[in-house]
Amino acid sequence: MNTTTPSKLEKILAEGHFAVTSECGPPRGANGEVVEEKANLIKDHVDAINVTDNQTSVVRLCSLAACIRIKQMGLEPVLQMVTRDRNRIGIQSDILGAASFGIHNILCLTGDHQHFGDHPQAINVFDLDSTQLIQTVKLMRDKGELLGGFEMKELPKMFIGAAANPFADPFEIRVARLAKKVAAGCQFIQTQCIYNMEKFKTWMQQIRDQGLHEKVAILAGLTPMKNVGMAKYMKNRVPGIDVPDDIIERLAAVPKEKQADEGIKICVEQIEELKEEEGIRGFHIMAIEWEEKVPEIVEKAGLYPRPEIKVSEN
Amino acid sequence: MRLRYPSNIKIIKVPCTGRVAIIHMLKALEEGADGVMVAGCLEGDCHYQSGNLRAKKRVIYVQETLEKIGMESERVAMYNLSAGDGPRFAEIAREMTEKVQELGPSPIKKGKKKTSKKSKVEVAA
Amino acid sequence: MIMARPKPIEEIIDEIKDFNKVLIAGCDGCVTVCEAGGIKEVQVLASALRLYFGKERKKLEIDETSLTRQCDKDYLHELLDKIDDYDAVVSLACGAGVQFMAEMYRKKPIFPGVDTCFIGVTEERGVWAERCQACGQCILASTGGICPITRCSKRMMNGPCGGSEKGKCEVSPDTDCGWHLIYERLKELGQLDFFAEPTDPKDWASSRDGGPRKIVREDVRQ
Repeated sequence: MNTTTPSKLEKILAEGHFAVTSECGPPRGANGEVVEEKANLIKDHVDAINVTDNQTSVVRLCSLAACIRIKQMGLEPVLQMVTRDRNRIGIQSDILGAASFGIHNILCLTGDHQHFGDHPQAINVFDLDSTQLIQTVKLMRDKGELLGGFEMKELPKMFIGAAANPFADPFEIRVARLAKKVAAGCQFIQTQCIYNMEKFKTWMQQIRDQGLHEKVAILAGLTPMKNVGMAKYMKNRVPGIDVPDDIIERLAAVPKEKQADEGIKICVEQIEELKEEEGIRGFHIMAIEWEEKVPEIVEKAGLYPRPEIKVSEN
Repeated sequence: MRLRYPSNIKIIKVPCTGRVAIIHMLKALEEGADGVMVAGCLEGDCHYQSGNLRAKKRVIYVQETLEKIGMESERVAMYNLSAGDGPRFAEIAREMTEKVQELGPSPIKKGKKKTSKKSKVEVAA
Repeated sequence: MIMARPKPIEEIIDEIKDFNKVLIAGCDGCVTVCEAGGIKEVQVLASALRLYFGKERKKLEIDETSLTRQCDKDYLHELLDKIDDYDAVVSLACGAGVQFMAEMYRKKPIFPGVDTCFIGVTEERGVWAERCQACGQCILASTGGICPITRCSKRMMNGPCGGSEKGKCEVSPDTDCGWHLIYERLKELGQLDFFAEPTDPKDWASSRDGGPRKIVREDVRQ
């Protein structure tokens, strides 16, 4: 199967393996070594590592710098980029910067509104939205052009991804939106973390009805619950997350010191179930501030060792 | 009924307390009233449906304004009573007068403290 | 209409406290409609200010007036004879009116008495809501008559975002998701094709981002 970029993630998917990705949340300070520590915890168990971009509008060490560090460790980063904080000039500039360090994966996001974070007084940019960011990367990669028309000699070779939220209502808009992102050039999707399996499978069915599962590689997003408190927090305070009551009950039924293990168990069960779901091409495990558990989850889900892939930089 | 209520009360009759505007209450205070009382029908019994509810909101607005400029918001109050309830009227008139007397003369008045206080009352006929 | 909200009285007190004679000037236009700066609001503000300064034993004469519009020199001219009587003017017009008055009466301090908020509509008496961002290139024809720049908190052109839930925006449960509204309307109009096509990046040069704007119509200029 052909690939469009030197991306290792793209190659793994092209060869028909389940891809496994995870993420690093960068620190709220100037210490880049935190990124290295987190990456080292998961490096043998994932194919690529996402770095979040000022997630929930909270200022953190920038995704680009962290991705460069990860690349220099010999690992495969996925640059998450939101359109909330930069205009098209800054965005294209950062894409070129990332490409210049051999970063080949980008996740195109609009970004949480700044009202969620610690700088609600800030202006937001949103010169582009996530779909237009996809278009921009595709234009730069395939035509070698910037939005303003300038033709570049050295093109960024980026495997283009986006996020999808199967849980926001109404469904029909969600599927239409994914179709739009695919039409714009999106090649892989990482979904919002899944707890409501029934709803997710309904979404997948609608995706398949439109034939979208053949045009884009869908990686199911999963976040293991540490305890029942986290489950309740995610249900009530985080936008776009659907946590069914039976997950909360299942965690609450177990003594506090056992809840973490139960959360891992739920996550592994979900992976096993989703392996059977047509159109699922991989898993994006977001173990926020719990990166050390990723290896355990990957191993218990039968996804270890990761396939060895050789990619050239051409 | 010839019941007694304090003589410091000046009554202004309106067909419905809904007719009372914010500016009327403020003007009364500007002209030297120590207090302003808006007496309207019982809630749900307004002859004009919801005039007394509108009056209530305006009274609250004036109270909030008074607080912001550092005047006691208790100088303005809304009461609800049945139009024919003479004794209740006398009662609230006394209550308001006592309250205002406790607060003292309106802070915009110059000169020494007087013992007799004026309160202006607006009543639905 | 331009919608505004009365400034907190503490701010206005702070603006005028060192003067002796001040004019409160309202506007019969937009700010009257949104009950922030019309003659009624002028009277209420003036009265409240007199109570305050009376209480503070500060001699401050406060006069009241309202102009047909403050965004028009012909009406601003009406103040020519009396403005010199005053140390300062508090204008309850929108930001445009305040500035125009200040341009015309350069030697007189003109203070704002309202906070100008947005271009909007009267949803019901007492409730005004934003509808237009004055982007300079109206796209309402392809969005079912609903503006994504105004009604979407992220001014997305290809919304909704992942935070849209049950038709409400992630920013507030009281805010409708603009794109949800657009989708439903396009569906009603049988125009869902507009939704299917990705929209290209917008040209923001016609909006505020391009710099202060001016419209010149030679065909009507005298």
